[in-house]
Amino acid sequence: MMDPETRQALFGYALRLGDTSLVLGHRLSEWCGHAPELEEDIALTNVALDLVGHARLLLAYAGEVEGEGRDEDRLAYRRDVLDYRNHLLAEQPNRDFGHTIVRQFLHDAWAVELYDRLAGSTDAGLAGIAAKAVKEVRYHVRHSGDWLIRLGDGTDVSHTRMRDALERLWPCTGEMFERDSAEDRLVAAGIAPDPAELRAAWNARVAAVLAEATLERPADGWMQKGGRRGEHSEHLGYLLAEMQFLPRAYPDAVW
Amino acid sequence: MDRKDWPLFEIFIRPKNGLSHKHVGSLHAADARMALDNARDVYTRRGEGVSVWAVPAASIAASDPSDKASLFEPADDKVYRHPTFYDIPPEVKNI
Amino acid sequence: MYTQGLDGKAERGVQSSPGASPRLVSAEDLHFQERIDAEEKIEPRDWMPDGYRRTLVRQISQHAHSEIVGMLPEGNWITRAPSLRRKVALLAKVQDEGGHGLYLYSAAETLGVSRDELVGQLLSGKAKYSSIFNYPTPSWADIGAIGWLVDGAAIMNQVPLCRCSYGPYARAMVRVCREESFHQRQGYELMLALATGTAEQKRMAQAALDRWWWPSLMMFGPSDDQSAHSAQNMAWKIKRFSNDELRQRFVDATVPQAEFLGLTIPDPELRFDDQTGHYAFGAIDWTEFNEILKGNGPCNRERIEARRKAWDDGAWVREAAAAHAAKRSRRALKKAG
Repeated sequence: MMDPETRQALFGYALRLGDTSLVLGHRLSEWCGHAPELEEDIALTNVALDLVGHARLLLAYAGEVEGEGRDEDRLAYRRDVLDYRNHLLAEQPNRDFGHTIVRQFLHDAWAVELYDRLAGSTDAGLAGIAAKAVKEVRYHVRHSGDWLIRLGDGTDVSHTRMRDALERLWPCTGEMFERDSAEDRLVAAGIAPDPAELRAAWNARVAAVLAEATLERPADGWMQKGGRRGEHSEHLGYLLAEMQFLPRAYPDAVW
Repeated sequence: MDRKDWPLFEIFIRPKNGLSHKHVGSLHAADARMALDNARDVYTRRGEGVSVWAVPAASIAASDPSDKASLFEPADDKVYRHPTFYDIPPEVKNI
Repeated sequence: MYTQGLDGKAERGVQSSPGASPRLVSAEDLHFQERIDAEEKIEPRDWMPDGYRRTLVRQISQHAHSEIVGMLPEGNWITRAPSLRRKVALLAKVQDEGGHGLYLYSAAETLGVSRDELVGQLLSGKAKYSSIFNYPTPSWADIGAIGWLVDGAAIMNQVPLCRCSYGPYARAMVRVCREESFHQRQGYELMLALATGTAEQKRMAQAALDRWWWPSLMMFGPSDDQSAHSAQNMAWKIKRFSNDELRQRFVDATVPQAEFLGLTIPDPELRFDDQTGHYAFGAIDWTEFNEILKGNGPCNRERIEARRKAWDDGAWVREAAAAHAAKRSRRALKKAG
């Protein structure tokens, strides 16, 4: 039997992962019908579908751990910005295909390390979700990494765009490796991997892909933080307003 | 406006081990690796395969349909290539 | 999704005069028609009349464009789907439409046109696509109505195309039809949730049916007596059933589905005819159809603008990927040499 503090920490952890997947999947879904080429339109949507799929599993699990009867939709559609726990990186707007790819790669390179380790979690619920997710995320990081290389190395125009996107999004990466007291508890119980361990693996992968993309790794300056505590950018409010419109406008309806 | 197509690739998929790759269609990709990834995303969304070949369409040598008669019809009268050409008494088994 | 009878240029591979049987113009034509009559499939490198090739390029590319433009009205609700289950279903469906466009462009390319050229025709406004996608989707119920009615009409049109005489088109359609089987169910289930929901949801559903009913009937194209190239396309087995036949089939299948939902089809003349065993329905307003075909629909401009924007915004990406591929093969050659 899990003690109440660990249970609370696990709820928060699943919520953070679920929210990050949902918000990022939502962002990618905005591309559907508008991508640079038909094949890539289909590919991006596949990634979006995977991410929303992970979000459903994680939010449903969070609701179960919380034990207050909230299901995936209750959590997705009836929380406002203050209660969302996603990474700031995930909520950044698509801007152009270059920003989308950089955002995706920086996330995927983190997610693949995370789920790989989380599949060995002592918590069976998380381990099961991670075992499924890691297969999909391995493909995501290959896809976004390949595109990062193509566009970094492609033309002068694409190189400049990728460099700018990388510099703009880099300050959102620090938050992925934060650790708070709730995570200390989960790491100690073997439920969650140590973020510091993720960071080393993430650094190595990012360095290798950036080198092939002929892009320089930006310096680790001041990092934007707060998404994990509900302190978000201005972008998330609009995303949620759009996403939650129907359930908010018709609170009694079932869809 | 850019009007230059990415090259065309023909896509072959092995539905499961034990079966040959089968032509399923084509797609455009800038390079071979993209062609493989795109084939996975375009042609296996419902678990249709376990292995993919992407072949540049320009590399395929194809027979000319007007040669169909000379290439393929001669095979039609070579009945001796088929087992039913040979009469074996019914009491002989396992042959 | 597809519509029939977009632009009625009659083809001249076989000359037909009213009342007379078609007169064949050459020995090759005659042989070709014999193959068609024997239900042989025509493959890309086979001889074919120019008219057959032109008709197919036009029809397959219009079909492909319709799939691609058709992503837009439904895509409009992906970010606002009211549950995560609905969100993934809609996303997968719109993605499928993209895939279908891709299969169809591939089939058209076997006839010697490049996808780039075809896309260029769409973006320049020269090519036609199904007019149904020039109607707006102002409410969530429109997503249900599209799946139920528009996909329903498309299935009626598309299933016979699986037996089209041109091999690559027929094979693409087999794939399309197999994948589309969930689309109509998705739409109907969505409508059912609304029709059995709150008063506001039911109102939404009825309003969507009111707006989509007549445009769906128009998807089958002009009446048979107005359809210029029907006879030739039937002879070539590009088309297997007439517009009116398919329209009637659609009405017969759909009316009981609407009754089950408890929704009212917006046609005061609709009634079951015991004599024919079919539903009789009111006259279609072809003025509206023709105006939308001419470009005067509520969303014609938005749809093409959206496609142009995606294409133009993506130009640097396509160029960069091509440039990287070229660099990579140069580097590989250098290494080998």
